[in-house]
Amino acid sequence: MSLERESCTSSYCEDPQIVEMDTDILLIGGGMANCGAAFEVMPWAKKFGLKVTLVDKAAMDRSGAVAQGLSAINTYMGGQDPADYVRMVKNDLMGIVRDDLIYDVGRHVDDSVHMFEKWGLPVWKQAGDEGKPLDKGGKCVRSGKWQIMINGESYKVIVAEAAKKALGEENIFERVFIVKLILDEKEDNRIAAAVGFSTRENKIYYIRANAMLLAAGGAVNIFRPRSVAEGMGRAWYPVWNAGSTYTMAAQVGAELTMMENRFVPARFKDGYGPVGAWFLLFKAKATNAKGEDYMTTNGEMLKDYPPYGLAAVPATCLRNHLMLKEMKEGRGPIYMDTATAMKNLSATMDEKQVKHLEAEAWEDFLDMCVGQAGLWAGMNIQPEVIGSELMPTEPYMLGSHSGCCGIWVSGPEDIAPAEWQWGYNRMTTVKGLFTAGDGVGASGHKFSSGSHAEGRIAAKAMVKFVLDNKGFKQTISKSGKEFAAEIQKPFRTFEQFKNVTTDDYVNPNYIRPKMLMYRLNKIMDEYVAGTSTYYITSGKLMNRALELLTWLKEDSDKMAAKDLHELMRCWENYHRIWTAEAHLRHILFREETRYPGFFYRSDFPKLDETNWKCFVNSKYNPKTNEWEMKKVPHKDLVPLTK
Amino acid sequence: MPSCVNVDKCDGCKGKDKTACQYICPNDLMKLDRNLMKAWNQEPEACWECYSCVKICPQSAIEVRAYADIVPLGGSVVPLRGSDSIMWTVKFRNGKLKRFKFPIRTTAEGSIKPYEGMPEPGDVKDQLLFTETGKTLPKL
Repeated sequence: MSLERESCTSSYCEDPQIVEMDTDILLIGGGMANCGAAFEVMPWAKKFGLKVTLVDKAAMDRSGAVAQGLSAINTYMGGQDPADYVRMVKNDLMGIVRDDLIYDVGRHVDDSVHMFEKWGLPVWKQAGDEGKPLDKGGKCVRSGKWQIMINGESYKVIVAEAAKKALGEENIFERVFIVKLILDEKEDNRIAAAVGFSTRENKIYYIRANAMLLAAGGAVNIFRPRSVAEGMGRAWYPVWNAGSTYTMAAQVGAELTMMENRFVPARFKDGYGPVGAWFLLFKAKATNAKGEDYMTTNGEMLKDYPPYGLAAVPATCLRNHLMLKEMKEGRGPIYMDTATAMKNLSATMDEKQVKHLEAEAWEDFLDMCVGQAGLWAGMNIQPEVIGSELMPTEPYMLGSHSGCCGIWVSGPEDIAPAEWQWGYNRMTTVKGLFTAGDGVGASGHKFSSGSHAEGRIAAKAMVKFVLDNKGFKQTISKSGKEFAAEIQKPFRTFEQFKNVTTDDYVNPNYIRPKMLMYRLNKIMDEYVAGTSTYYITSGKLMNRALELLTWLKEDSDKMAAKDLHELMRCWENYHRIWTAEAHLRHILFREETRYPGFFYRSDFPKLDETNWKCFVNSKYNPKTNEWEMKKVPHKDLVPLTK
Repeated sequence: MPSCVNVDKCDGCKGKDKTACQYICPNDLMKLDRNLMKAWNQEPEACWECYSCVKICPQSAIEVRAYADIVPLGGSVVPLRGSDSIMWTVKFRNGKLKRFKFPIRTTAEGSIKPYEGMPEPGDVKDQLLFTETGKTLPKL
């Protein structure tokens, strides 16, 4: 494993060392998806004599979206029909999803969950079944139809331990940030290499691979967050997810899908703590300033969106839609009425059970969102006494939670229709480039367990791909040195100009990464349906945003970095800008309001099932520097209702 | 802040090849001042308050002072993470205290043997994962 000792602290450092490597399979990212891939791939790799390498921007024990832990596993079939799981996901995502991919996750996911429990993850059991594992019939505690409760503070540590043991330390490179993928120059549309840098040492990594699994999370800090000072760190999704997955795939010409989709979670205000257990397990209601349950008083609004609003659990965006009406009309603050919920529950419980219930409520935060517990402590919020405010957050882009933006991939050969498969499960439209977790588009609600399972699915398909392409030899004319120069350009910019002004932060010759991110945040917030416009945009607003984004992209070439940490921030910003642009172009192309509550087009305010019940796919053409947008027909493999 | 390092308790992980907090922070925030041999959070506005540094610090030198632009001062949430459970002490602004203890793991740290008792991988061309060898997958 690469040493964590820091040996490069400023951009004065000498020419970087260039580490060139060859591997059969490269895993980019160390989150749940690639931990799953690591576990699955090694037995196959050993059987066929393949080399596997993993790179992670952080340390695997605490990297990715599960770094902090989780209080629940949100996808576990436990004997239920994966087709019903497809129905739930489809309704929640307003009809347009890939049934083949979702069903595929559903039929494999329980195996991953059983592994987690075997490795040491504590899973809540019903009374009498304590100590009896799930795969031996132990009955789980469900907080919803598909969710099970866990004691998940060490969830990622446990899953990472298994992945690291599987791979072997010598094949893992932590603190290496891959920033660019390289296409082959001989074979058309074929992935060949990945380049990046160590955030600890002055080293450039240039890794040639036959196949790659790009699973580097979703995108955060694209939009201006509601908290813009210290609280900016308290993003709902991991603040270190910078759209790297979508951008690096798009830049090599991979087709993206449903990039108009976003997720705007309604969460406890500012701390962004989870509400699922409160709604589902404790049966709490959200109320407006008058104490009304707006899901009831605004219930009629759901009828505007058949069939998605009429389901037993209406689509998540529509629940936001009803909350936003209250906020816009001044009937905030919105509160989660925790006190009434706990009172109702404790009516049938003794004191010990109530105490236990209270601990469960706190564990929900302490396992996965300690910041929310800190907010309650600082504001003297005891949930059994007073409620806590709710608020929809800034938009996030992801493909594994309740969102479905991402990359267009080949489906499972035994399920997917012909037009949705091209030989290798979870391969993108670029040969040899695979994705999983947040990367796979049109297939949300995988969550942690489904991402792990999907990484495993992709891993096996990659082995098949490598075996079918054994003779592949990369043709790349650029040298490691040239890649290094490109990657470290922000260093040179800083060195060249830093002494021009008395404060190296403000300088007419360059822009530091933080300010560039703020500018992106401002553009996206004000023009592309951020919080400040109550998530409203239009064609005119977005065209203006495109003009501003063009200048931002030009200026991104003038980003300056004083050290490796800032160099990382620069590259995260390059990735953010591209992901933001893809998001904008997709919303602009889709002339309807598909996800009311997540965003609205004022010029096309209605859901238009006749013209827009289809995927929107996009492809960046590196030769013409243009985005090609198209409609792709949607198909139901599982009817929405039985 | 949000994570901040107690100047008396931090010893810069002396004698080790890396500082624990710097090793673990998912967002690359913790830095070591090699002259003072003290760690610090170089970008507090990018801190997720994930507590990874707090939990791992061998000196219990790191605490979290909640986001000052959101949260009134005076509260605190302090973990003590052991090998099989974690203890939390929540102190409210009004002085009230709550303590919780939750299990975190049912096996010993480092004891996972991922492939023990697992089947050999089957046919690379079918849809079965290696642990599913011999099973029949449901289809649509």
